[in-house]
Amino acid sequence: MADNNVSDVNADGMSVEDRKRRRFLTGMTAGFGAIGAGVAVVPFVMSMAPSERAKNAGAPVQFDFSKLQEGQMVKVEWRGKPVVLLQRTSEMMDGLEQIEGNLADAASESSSQPVYAQNNKRSDPARPELLVMEGVCTHLGCSPVEKLAIGPDPQMGDDSQGGFFCPCHGSKFDLAGRVYKDVPATTNMSVPPYRFDGSVIHIGDDEGRIT
Amino acid sequence: MAIHRHDNHKSANAVMEWVDKRFPATKVWNEHLAEYMAAKNFNFWYFFGSLAILMLVLQLATGIFLTMHYKPDAQLAFASVEYIMRDVPFGWLVRYLHATGASMFFVVVYLHMFRGVIYGSHREPRELVWLIGCVIFVALMAEAFMGYLLPWGNMSYWGAQVILSLFDVIPYVGPALTEWIRGDFVISDATLNRFFAFHVILLPLILVALVFLHLVALHQVGSNNPDGIDIYDHVDEDGKPLDGIAFFPYMVIKDLIGVAGFLIIYLGIVFFWPDGGGVLLEKDNFAPANPLQTPPDIVPLWYFTPFYSILRASTTSLLFALEIITGLIVLWLWIRAKVSIKVKIGFTLLAIGVFFGLQFGSGKAWGVILMAAAIVCFFLLPWLDRSPVYSIRYRSLPFKIALVLFLVAFVTLGYLGMNAPTPGKTLLAQICTVVYFAFFALMPWFTSIGKTKPEPSRVVYEAH
Repeated sequence: MADNNVSDVNADGMSVEDRKRRRFLTGMTAGFGAIGAGVAVVPFVMSMAPSERAKNAGAPVQFDFSKLQEGQMVKVEWRGKPVVLLQRTSEMMDGLEQIEGNLADAASESSSQPVYAQNNKRSDPARPELLVMEGVCTHLGCSPVEKLAIGPDPQMGDDSQGGFFCPCHGSKFDLAGRVYKDVPATTNMSVPPYRFDGSVIHIGDDEGRIT
Repeated sequence: MAIHRHDNHKSANAVMEWVDKRFPATKVWNEHLAEYMAAKNFNFWYFFGSLAILMLVLQLATGIFLTMHYKPDAQLAFASVEYIMRDVPFGWLVRYLHATGASMFFVVVYLHMFRGVIYGSHREPRELVWLIGCVIFVALMAEAFMGYLLPWGNMSYWGAQVILSLFDVIPYVGPALTEWIRGDFVISDATLNRFFAFHVILLPLILVALVFLHLVALHQVGSNNPDGIDIYDHVDEDGKPLDGIAFFPYMVIKDLIGVAGFLIIYLGIVFFWPDGGGVLLEKDNFAPANPLQTPPDIVPLWYFTPFYSILRASTTSLLFALEIITGLIVLWLWIRAKVSIKVKIGFTLLAIGVFFGLQFGSGKAWGVILMAAAIVCFFLLPWLDRSPVYSIRYRSLPFKIALVLFLVAFVTLGYLGMNAPTPGKTLLAQICTVVYFAFFALMPWFTSIGKTKPEPSRVVYEAH
């Protein structure tokens, strides 16, 4: 072992080979140390994620909508938020197109919804008449009041096609949760992920589907 | 120095000798207090550094006593604060000292930063002092934000809701990141618990460490002075600056006067006006957190409102104005600025990137970016300021005008952030936002034009 002959001289007396070897070993030690430290951080970072209890409370909810009549609306609680389920009538569906000129984001381009609900009905094309939406105003989080009747309304205006009205700051939404122009809110009410399983809707869980 | 005076006290000397062999007590005392030289013409602006340390110590002390009675639990937190206020002996005093103290801490820090700007304390060789100070400012904002959730009042809850939802705009990782920070899908007990941990352990440790580094960096380069000149240009035969006096006892005594005056104001507020008319303790926070009831208008505490205003002001029309300003700066670079072609091309490409970003980003995302940029601007100050002189006393007129405009914009933004937005107020906030950023963006220009006054070679000082 020729290396041992120079190792007891001093650092400067190291051969090029030895210096390379030492640099390699230092690099490897530091590298593995850094990886180890990185791995050690993982449990601490993970401990800050939602706990099992929180996940349970935020788990998807199921609702059997087979008894939901045309024009009927129910609210289901999911993650502490009211989720609106509205079985829209054909008049309601027709009304959506009539008022599109008054909307701020009719195509839902700057609003939050799953891709399958980004259409002018804001619903799953499989069941376009069923509106599934978080009933939370996008202005400051109040809960808008439903105005399901078509016709003159003190808050919604004379030619109302039905919608939602936020009593806090007067934001107006149509029956697809799309926001009107010139109101405090600027984006449509959010649509949560959901999927159908027969007549049961799973809110908060769409198994990652995109259609 | 102090040690030499005690030559006749042999026993005390022997003890110090014993200690000094094992720990550099006398050395540190001398280097950082008894022989640390500062200019003799420090004025009242120089109170705010020591006052900031005083506030840090007071907040740590009152915080420890509050922790003895506070319960970081969503079910108990609000009631435990009321318990401190009503049933704990002198609990009301400790709590008001802490809550009002947070506001006073920011008053002191803002004035301390302003002192730096007007006397050029951020300039070479004190860039690192300034940078560490900026990090302290950011850490202090985090500390205050997390502390504000702890009383679990309705404004605490909704304020945290609004601010945490800002992280949602980060592409791809935003929602997951927000969830991770909250530890839940909504602001909840988990969020309260971790904010408590950060507020009482993590950030105080970071703050104390940063303040230590701030002082180490300061003592490496020495303090600036109201004339912005180097007192070490004129030294006596021992190498001591002719215009310098020792920090201990002279500056310490002077700072104690500042402390006395400050305590009169601070304690006056604590005893006679602890809620500051709803500014220091917001009225909505006297009701417990209610996830189903939004306060009519969510506003942060006053020290965040200039930045909050910038966030709210960023709408499509503001972005359009910013595009025009970016264009004008590039135009000026090509026509007037004496910089190399590489710099010109670099800035032009940067501007094109910014332009398209502004064109295609959403208002909310840009609001968050602008708000962050408003803070980042402070970090860049040492390199944006190109004036040949440091102190406001010798600065050119364009700088003084720009500084006044900036101050007006900053204060106006702060005022607007405390009020519900109306179309008129939003427009005003947008104008102030433009002025705010123009102050930093145009600083290399307006600090290099105009006629500066000659700096004196010795500090201006009249004995009294």
